[in-house]
Amino acid sequence: MTAIDVQITTGPDGMDSYPGQRPQMGFFTDTSVCIGCKACEVACKEWNHVPEDGLALTGMSYDNSVGLGADTWRHVAFIEQQRPVSVADGDAADGASSASGDSGLRWLMSSDVCKHCTHAACLDVCPTGALMRTEFGTVVVQSDICNGCGYCIPACPYGVIDQRKEDGRAWKCTLCYDRLGAGMEPACAKACPTDSIQFGPLDELRERGAARVDQLHEAGETSARLYGNDPDDGVGGDGAFFLLLDEPEVYGLPPDPVVTTRDLPSMWRHAGAAAVTLAAMAVTSFATETLARRLGGGGGR
Amino acid sequence: MAECHPVGFQWVMAARARGATVIHIDPRFTRTSAVADLHVPLRAGSDIVLLGALINHVLTSGKYFREYVVNYTNAATIISEDFRDTEDLDGVFSGFVPEERSYDPASWTYEGVEVQAASGERDKGYDDRTGGSDAGSGSSSAVQSAARGEAHGSGGAHVGTPKTDPTLEHPRCVFQILKRHYARYTAETVEQACGIPRATFGRVCEQITANSGRDRTTAWVYSVGWTQHTVGVQYIRGASILQTLLGNIGRPGGGILALRGHASIQGSTDIPTLFDLLPGYIPMPHAHTNEDLDAFIAAEGTDKGFWANMRAYTVSLLKAWWGGVATEMNDFCFDYLPRLTGSHSTYETVMAQLAGDCKGYFLLGENPAVGSANGKLQRLGMAKLDWLVVRDFSLIESATFWKDGPEIDSGELRTEDIGTEVFFMPAAAHTEKNGSFTNTQRMLQWHHAAVEPAGDARSELWFTYHLGRKIRDKLAHSTDPMDRPVIDLTWNYPVEGPHAEPDAEAVLAEINGWNADGKPLPAYTELKGDGSTACGCWIYCGVYAEGVNQADRRKPGSQQNWLGPEWGWAWPANRRILYNRASACPDGKPWSERKALVWWDAEQGQWTGHDVPDFVPDKEPGYQPPQDATGPAALAGTDPFIMQSDGKAWLYAPAGLLDGPLPAHYEPQDSPLPNLLYAQQRNPARQVTAFVHPDNRYQPSNGSPGSQVFPYVATTYRLTEHHTAGGMSRWLPYLSELQPEFFCEVSPELAAERGLDHLGWATIITARNAVEARVLVTRRIPPLTVQGRRLYQVGLPYHWGWAGYSTGDSANDLIEISLDPNVHIQESKAFACDIRPGRRPTGAARPALVREYQERAGITKQTGTEP
Repeated sequence: MTAIDVQITTGPDGMDSYPGQRPQMGFFTDTSVCIGCKACEVACKEWNHVPEDGLALTGMSYDNSVGLGADTWRHVAFIEQQRPVSVADGDAADGASSASGDSGLRWLMSSDVCKHCTHAACLDVCPTGALMRTEFGTVVVQSDICNGCGYCIPACPYGVIDQRKEDGRAWKCTLCYDRLGAGMEPACAKACPTDSIQFGPLDELRERGAARVDQLHEAGETSARLYGNDPDDGVGGDGAFFLLLDEPEVYGLPPDPVVTTRDLPSMWRHAGAAAVTLAAMAVTSFATETLARRLGGGGGR
Repeated sequence: MAECHPVGFQWVMAARARGATVIHIDPRFTRTSAVADLHVPLRAGSDIVLLGALINHVLTSGKYFREYVVNYTNAATIISEDFRDTEDLDGVFSGFVPEERSYDPASWTYEGVEVQAASGERDKGYDDRTGGSDAGSGSSSAVQSAARGEAHGSGGAHVGTPKTDPTLEHPRCVFQILKRHYARYTAETVEQACGIPRATFGRVCEQITANSGRDRTTAWVYSVGWTQHTVGVQYIRGASILQTLLGNIGRPGGGILALRGHASIQGSTDIPTLFDLLPGYIPMPHAHTNEDLDAFIAAEGTDKGFWANMRAYTVSLLKAWWGGVATEMNDFCFDYLPRLTGSHSTYETVMAQLAGDCKGYFLLGENPAVGSANGKLQRLGMAKLDWLVVRDFSLIESATFWKDGPEIDSGELRTEDIGTEVFFMPAAAHTEKNGSFTNTQRMLQWHHAAVEPAGDARSELWFTYHLGRKIRDKLAHSTDPMDRPVIDLTWNYPVEGPHAEPDAEAVLAEINGWNADGKPLPAYTELKGDGSTACGCWIYCGVYAEGVNQADRRKPGSQQNWLGPEWGWAWPANRRILYNRASACPDGKPWSERKALVWWDAEQGQWTGHDVPDFVPDKEPGYQPPQDATGPAALAGTDPFIMQSDGKAWLYAPAGLLDGPLPAHYEPQDSPLPNLLYAQQRNPARQVTAFVHPDNRYQPSNGSPGSQVFPYVATTYRLTEHHTAGGMSRWLPYLSELQPEFFCEVSPELAAERGLDHLGWATIITARNAVEARVLVTRRIPPLTVQGRRLYQVGLPYHWGWAGYSTGDSANDLIEISLDPNVHIQESKAFACDIRPGRRPTGAARPALVREYQERAGITKQTGTEP
């Protein structure tokens, strides 16, 4: 790996931010073409040597991985929905299907991953520097530096980064940092048969995502929307953004994520001001007491 | 397809992105349905009703492709006066012999034409045609059970010059027979038998007809959900009729695509693992008393079309196998080929094991203890063997049933009583060996070993070659003539590397073949019947043209035309779409610019186009064969189906099938419902009588007493996360964690009716066995309204067994052995069962529960065996 040739800039509030000198790289996950094959989950584990995450039948449709965690860096959600259908002219006596043959049954599938936030709180709070911003604009934990303090875990607005019980360290998607350095795309994107997971420069991906939404809207899929693509959102835009067919909450995604360290500077300012005020009050109080004493008598005593 | 072939499904998604409509027909709502434009749930086992009604719709609405149908199919051909349809005989075709449970197809023939029977009666025809006088040409029942339908797997039986009526009006022409036969397959029967609402059916009709014709084509894709039935072959025939009527065969974007169970299944029929075929769909000779090469060719070949060259294909095969020893003087060692004495299919082999006739068994990447119908019978059979060789990645259930199988638990088998000596040979994975895959589109793709296999693991090629070498060493000094075929085999492949791995390309070169000078042959048209050429599989001839491994080509799609002719190699002759003469009008011009594939270039005097033309290159469209012409020259310039002896696509099959010239709907072997279409409940020619066994009891059907004991329809299937019987997935943590255990899928309504809890346990019971599964309650297995009643279906993924990292009961333990007569495939995609909450009993109580059900249903050994 060559030396990092990117200049990490500092945001207006002194927080970590991007862009650097290279284009920010990321994922566009188009869930409208996901077929739930989980090749991304397996390819990720194979490439990154992520351990097995336990054998448990969850009953959550075909999702037995449950969510992202220390040992699951790609997670395919399966959501079975029964939507109302317009029963037009007859032939739907049992309500099982409409005149068009549409049963109203919908099975949403979506491959979730670390968002590689433009403003990454995990990175902000990491005391050891184990979490770093790479030359690709991605956020990576260096497992040889991580001391397992766990500060990053509550800091993540998506609940992605997680501690591995066996070694105490924090783990998450690296966006296949090692593959990127060798000019390869991440393992999940490589394995995805339908191009639901696309890897590339974020600018390009955002254009592609917007065009895809337009295309779906024209085709009548009016519920299609992008999630995490907006550079002005609470995390400065996700490095991994999504095309969803329903509200983010349906997929287990927060509707309006905010970098948890956003308010830290103002909090510190307020805390500082409060400290000054307190100190001033203390001084004032002391001064008042002294003055009163000087003026004779024990004040209220 | 998304569920079981996710990688191939990317092309469906690509087509959809370009505007294609995707319709998914399946009892359950799968990952395919999730991205399809329309999901059509139906009752498992009712597809011929749907296909028949689509055919009827196409015929009655006049939406068939008339010019294509008149010129390229046998629609105009007049059928024998003796033929009687199911319409006339209430569900049975003429020629049925109840005592033999088989058809004499003589009455199905074209008028005025001698047709070679495809069934057991072929033997009579054999004697007539070869001048044999020995009336006793083997036991007819043995021969008729021996897969004669497979004999013309890609051929088409012998016919002369048929009479036709191009107006399609003659009452006995195929077109009119078809119309009468399918008249009763209506939207109403689809609603009543399949449970598909009329509006949904109407939408399917509209889509497939609007998307077929000169300018558009529709493709059908099927998998084992269609083939694994007692009428499996007729399902595919149904699709063939529909696609041919719509003009969707031999044209880009058309066709009927078989998605196979796993990689290279197409290859394993091309160069077969089937008992009744030789490489390239040449039939395996039967044990006729007077057979020699000439008689074999005369009996099995045709005199028109490309099967007329069968002698060249057969002699070249014999030369590839026995080299210099095979000469004209010794009939090219034709006598070295084994002979069939009866059916030796998988399931007959199991019965032979139980009877003590079959003593040894090789399992190469197969796990019948889990993956075959009636797993218990499989295990009981293997427990009777002297020896068993299992080659697999892990100690699969078929290797360990003798110590930890369900019958050990139930006490039906005791380890100390089992004499089977089991040899476990660890197998190399595809990443650890060189070789080729031939997948559904007949394309060979070469793969290279990435790493050496670990430990003692070796490739199948290594195992077969070295086993053969050792056997030949042992026989080297034998004087027994029985050993000559093994001693004289060409068995001299070069080996390489630390494990003496045979050179896979050397095998490919032998399959491709060479001329007398040892030069690789360029195409099968170069094969000779005089012994001057050798070729291991005639349809693969050309895969090693010019000494280059054509299957190893990897030119990116962006650098070549849209057919990708330089990616891998497709048989035959690197042709990507078979019968592509049909992509042009009778006069040789493309049907439309949009669907142009090959066409006649009058200036050059030859066929040309994007694909390799599947036609004699310089046969002009107006060519009419002289009366005495034979072979390919006997077909006209408008006969695209060059492997058929009449050059036509067969809407009606005058020969070649054992259960009727047209698909008719029969209920599955075990069905809770009566056959709405005919009085005949089940396929009368299905195979059941050879499989009567206390552990293979059939169930009452059709509302007869006891049928209410098994009120639900069940079907089995695969999940993306696992592979067939689990040998490649259940031992892997990364796959096991994604689908960790056996479950059944039921609708909320069925769960309520039977008190099943989501994630609780259920026991599923048939007359064969009882298995337990966790319950997934889901709307993806919708209830259907069929014949005025609510019908619930139970979905069962069949991957599990007791061994491995992810374990569970085997769905296949529930399934009876009842077979399609043509190809001997089991009916695992539709059967009847009961389901109840809670875990199944263990130990002796498990078979006791099954016996209790049998008694309640009044099951005897006769139940369900009637024709």
